[in-house]
Amino acid sequence: MNDTPIRVVLAKLGLDGHDRGLKVVARTLRDAGMEVVYLGLRQSPEGVAAVADEEDADVVGISMHNAGHLTLAPRMVAALRAAGRDTAVVIGGIVPPEDVTALEAAGVAAVLGPGASAAEVVAAVRRAAPA
Amino acid sequence: MSATADVPALVARARAGHRGALGRLITLVERGGAPADEVAAHLPPPGRPAHVVGVTGPPGAGKSCLVGALLAALAAAGRSPAVLAVDPSSPLTGGAILGDRVRMDARAGGAYVRSMATRGQAGGLALAVPGALRVLEAAGHDPLLVETAGVGQVEVDVAGAADTTVLVLAPGWGDAIQAGKAGLLELADVIVVNKADRPGADALRRDLEVMRDLGRHTGLEARSGRRPAIVMTTATTGDGAEALQEAVDAHAAGLGDGAGRGRRRARLEVAARARGDVEARLDALLAAPAGRALVDAVAAGGLAAPEAARRLVAALVGAG
Repeated sequence: MNDTPIRVVLAKLGLDGHDRGLKVVARTLRDAGMEVVYLGLRQSPEGVAAVADEEDADVVGISMHNAGHLTLAPRMVAALRAAGRDTAVVIGGIVPPEDVTALEAAGVAAVLGPGASAAEVVAAVRRAAPA
Repeated sequence: MSATADVPALVARARAGHRGALGRLITLVERGGAPADEVAAHLPPPGRPAHVVGVTGPPGAGKSCLVGALLAALAAAGRSPAVLAVDPSSPLTGGAILGDRVRMDARAGGAYVRSMATRGQAGGLALAVPGALRVLEAAGHDPLLVETAGVGQVEVDVAGAADTTVLVLAPGWGDAIQAGKAGLLELADVIVVNKADRPGADALRRDLEVMRDLGRHTGLEARSGRRPAIVMTTATTGDGAEALQEAVDAHAAGLGDGAGRGRRRARLEVAARARGDVEARLDALLAAPAGRALVDAVAAGGLAAPEAARRLVAALVGAG
């Protein structure tokens, strides 16, 4: 097969137990033809970066519902860069609109809010994946 | 994914322990075709083959959790294991949820873990498995654990790919009649009764023991050379993981020198690559006007399916 599926690592960082949304995203990306490496709860940025390395991920998706995004999202990007990876980071969950610019400045490729449709989620991940 | 990956440099970095380079090499192997060929061409010639342990069993038996427990036991024993964890691809979209890492918790042991989708293969493994095993071996990992997608009774690919096949079952899997059925059970070198803390575990062990020991009377044991150890484990607590490692090591010790294993690995790698090429060409033929005309003729009743298949194969062979 020449059309290699996009590989996405999905995780939640730290003490944030709301993983229903992430599971829906996993299913959404699966049904869009992507290979989803699902890590689930209680991950660290450094651990996720190590997994992205082993799995040769194209995109890392992080779901955040605990107001930690301004701290943890930049750390996620930094951990990937420290591992020598240019893997894109997509953030989903509860992020106030006024924080989006700060996340983008920190290198986050896209921020998806609670109203994002399945099509928008898929499109954002496709845009973030390397061509 | 850079299209112009420098394969020799990736191989050198992977052999120096760089996980990202190893990950990229396996991506290239998974892509098949020219990228996979280039990786194979740049790997060092196989030395003593690593011990390949296949872990298979029905969905939900506890394979991933058990692999995690086994990784911890192997790490404690100073070994350098790696894992290929296979989960199914969607036959509709090609997508997959690769969820084995959730329970494997491999970071504790520091093993390299790679999740792999079956990408169209029905036997519980992916076509890229043999090539990926060679990459992991070249990077110095040993043993290599291959966890199959959840399988039923007849998906026996793993027994061809592995030196040691571990079949994982759990209470509720079935009774003495299930244990007597042909297929996967006959090819196991080690049988694990996981979730041994649950009711029914001892009954399952007895059914499996009877099944195994009947093989001595029927002559199957002498013919197959297999008398599987039966090990009780509770993967969530790690109970039995050391006994499982000992059973796997004991089977490995009985495999003799690496020559036979090396030849088997080579055969597997060649067959997997050839099978991939044949399937790709067959799909292309079926999609081409001539192939579609054959299918239409069969559907319309003007041509028998076996005759259409014969013509298709003739075209395939003729295409060289």
